Amino acid sequence: MSVEIKTTSVEPIRNTYSAIARRFGDKPATRYQEASFDLAATTNFHYRPLWDPKRTLNDPTRTALRMEDWYSVTDPRQFFYGAYVGNRAKMQEAAESSFAFCDKRNLLTRLPEETQKQLLRLLVPFRHVALGANMNNSKIAGDSTATTVSQMHMFAATDHLGMGQYLTRIALLLDGSTGTALDESKTYWMDDELWQPLRKLVEGTLVIDDWFEITLVQNVLLDGLMYPLVYDRMDAWFGEQGAETVSMLTEFHRDWYKESLRWTNAMIKTVVAESDSNREQVQSWIDQWEPMVYEALKPIAQATTGLDVLDELRAELSVRLKKVGLQSTGVQA
Amino acid sequence: MSQKVFMAFQDNDNARYLLEAIVKDNPEAEVQHSPAMIRITAEKRLVINRETMEETLGRDWEVQEMLLEVISIGGNVDEDDDHFIISWS
Amino acid sequence: MASKNKKLNLKDKYQYLTRDMAWEPTYEKHEDIYPDESFEGIKIINWDQWEDPFRLTMDTYWKYQAEKEKKLYAIFDAFAQNNGQQNITDARYVNALKLFLSGISPVEYAAYQGYARVGRQFSGAGARVACQMQAIDELRHAQTQQHAMSHYNKHFNGLHDASYQHDRVWFLSVPKSFFDDARSAGPFEFLTAISFSFEYVLTNLLFVPFMSGAAYNGDMATVTFGFSAQSDEARHMTLGLEVIKFILEQHEDNVPIIQKWIDKWFWRGFRLLSLVGMMMDYMLPNKVMSWAEAWEMYYEQSGGALFKDLERYGIRPPKYQDVANAAKNHSSHQTWATFYQYSQATNFHTWMPQEEEMAWLSEKYPETFDKYYRDRFEHWDKEQKEGNRFYNNTLPQLCQVCQIPTIMTEKDDPTVFSHRQIKHEGERYHFCSDGCCDIFKNEPEKYIQAWMPVHQIYQGNCGGADVATVVEKYYHIVPGVDNMEYIGSPDHQRWLDIKGLKPLSASRDKTAAA
Repeated sequence: MSVEIKTTSVEPIRNTYSAIARRFGDKPATRYQEASFDLAATTNFHYRPLWDPKRTLNDPTRTALRMEDWYSVTDPRQFFYGAYVGNRAKMQEAAESSFAFCDKRNLLTRLPEETQKQLLRLLVPFRHVALGANMNNSKIAGDSTATTVSQMHMFAATDHLGMGQYLTRIALLLDGSTGTALDESKTYWMDDELWQPLRKLVEGTLVIDDWFEITLVQNVLLDGLMYPLVYDRMDAWFGEQGAETVSMLTEFHRDWYKESLRWTNAMIKTVVAESDSNREQVQSWIDQWEPMVYEALKPIAQATTGLDVLDELRAELSVRLKKVGLQSTGVQA
Repeated sequence: MSQKVFMAFQDNDNARYLLEAIVKDNPEAEVQHSPAMIRITAEKRLVINRETMEETLGRDWEVQEMLLEVISIGGNVDEDDDHFIISWS
Repeated sequence: MASKNKKLNLKDKYQYLTRDMAWEPTYEKHEDIYPDESFEGIKIINWDQWEDPFRLTMDTYWKYQAEKEKKLYAIFDAFAQNNGQQNITDARYVNALKLFLSGISPVEYAAYQGYARVGRQFSGAGARVACQMQAIDELRHAQTQQHAMSHYNKHFNGLHDASYQHDRVWFLSVPKSFFDDARSAGPFEFLTAISFSFEYVLTNLLFVPFMSGAAYNGDMATVTFGFSAQSDEARHMTLGLEVIKFILEQHEDNVPIIQKWIDKWFWRGFRLLSLVGMMMDYMLPNKVMSWAEAWEMYYEQSGGALFKDLERYGIRPPKYQDVANAAKNHSSHQTWATFYQYSQATNFHTWMPQEEEMAWLSEKYPETFDKYYRDRFEHWDKEQKEGNRFYNNTLPQLCQVCQIPTIMTEKDDPTVFSHRQIKHEGERYHFCSDGCCDIFKNEPEKYIQAWMPVHQIYQGNCGGADVATVVEKYYHIVPGVDNMEYIGSPDHQRWLDIKGLKPLSASRDKTAAA
């Protein structure tokens, strides 16, 4: 049957979904927009949560901060699920090559025994910090209300799991995939004096209730000091100890951190600019937690790069926070 | 009482290899074709062997690759490096 | 570093890559880090016994999922570029998509939220990782559905405000209350409700009808989405089965709690699926199979095998399973009849089946269709053709639990409503069945809270004093465009235009409801 398709019948009768049009105007929308705005339920919930009967589901009061519209916090990377996994798949392909190369050439097992031990004591235990980050971000994803905010944290949760898994694989390369290196590394995390302040801090983050407080402490303060320390400065220090091979295996972490600055900075900027009370609340959290983060990383810095490096990074964090109207105790560089 | 296990997967290019390997290792299995989907049922047990798949495909194959094609499963799953088994006890 | 130890097998290696990253806290109390784990009475003696279902590390997850997304979005692009919406059998089919986008997609998102939450709550790291992966999968489904339907929304009505409607429209409280119930429950009930009952026992009854329906009716975008999503579902199913067995094996005290949840969630799930039954039997121009056949295959057979397997834990098949099995020959007809007459308040069209379709229904339902339903449908069809298309101008009584109108009938007598009622703290509550009434009796303080759409309309909380105003202003259903009879609707007119067929005459009557 031949069908004459008149041009009128292929013209669209609307440009996008109504909720998107209400927000952005009656024009075709991006995939990020269609996937990220106004999907979450906002009203007429049926039953109060048994695990939080004072509030409803999707309750905006799971944080002390207030926004006229949490959807004003958006992702500069425009990650929705498809864009996110596509991006990470490319990153993992490069990482996989590096791991395969190291494995084939025994680049890690060739390192002196002492250097290998340093890696197990000073680098690999960060996989446990990664698990804490994974847990915290999963909680934020569940508690925050706007999808634009929530999904960034879900992606961060799975990112940290992945990065912890890469650190785990470094140890597996060291012990011929038997697990003994990981068993040893975990004892440092649990018992070595070097790690106790950081472990205490991480456990402390796991009992914070306010999801924005968690994202600030975890994704801005802790990551903000820890990533430059471990993956830039300690990475250089490991190189000086003869373990420059390891850099290949943490390139993912460096790329990840650089990218993370985009969304974390945008998030705190928007939230702090909203109101004095938001800014004051965030500032009070910084006043409380930033010194604790510094103290927690101190022993590790002292055992590797030296404390002056950590002080430099602390000052850089201070500069970063200043850009969005916040202050922290930074030793002026 | 009959206890059928089943697996459904997408009917695409990879499917023909999967089907060939499954039928080879599970001669009693029943195969149903629907638009875009293939469904295989068997009494109590269905196994996919990596070795058989590699013979069929002519290349290395990882058991986890079948995750790309699978639509649905009925039965307890036992997965390791060498096989994927669906069964009822 | 020489090691005399053996190389790890896949299972143990995966444990090092997941649960071994966790540790028992010493600076904070275990119960402060995991505050929600014990209030449900479930006892977990040893999380080490958790068997990881699919063993995907994140790098592998990213790799496989990215591959799937690439293929999927290529199809979405091709579909849009080639105006694939013109290749469907008939525009009546699109109404199945309207039901899907407004009824199911929002609960995919709710599932994401639920799994993100429980992905933090369990003290077993293996369970947390599995739940987090499901969370991000559900986000995938919610978002790919928005994208799959995006092109349809540009060419058909009824799809334009799905999430907004999900929060407000009367029949959408059926899926919404289902997921609110699960999310407001504790973490173990959530997993029993969703991972086990929904994602394992009943999932095929949701997805295979919709996706096969899409395949049979020329909807390339939805078929591709459906099968791509289903490969995630295989992982979810395995989690569902693992979770239930783990809990049952941990402590015998868990068995009666789980049994109660299995009974509740089987019933709530079965009721939710009435909407799917109606879709299969009445909304698909090309039929896949009947709802009765689907239920028989995917519940009675598959479920039978499953519950036989669970016998050894002391679990029996769900209560009122016999009622559900008997209902397969009635549910779709009763539900369609309801939506047909209330179509002034739906975001999709309805219509009466024509002769060929009635013959199919007679064949598929030899004991029930001609005896109980054909006469009514032939009468309504005649009325519609004579310009008196029937709309019911009262509002239906909803079941307090499942929130479907109380149209269901007794197992042994389809001419008698299985209506039940009880008084609780001075108020009378109504139910469609013993199944829902029992659920209420177990947790009355929960179900009395429900936001009942019809009550809310009568209480003046839905933006207007009459149905037409509620429909337009509160529901955002565009009158004469999104709702009512399919024949003569703008969708229908446009379809005729696309197919180069003569448009309907202007005098075709579309009797409006008051």
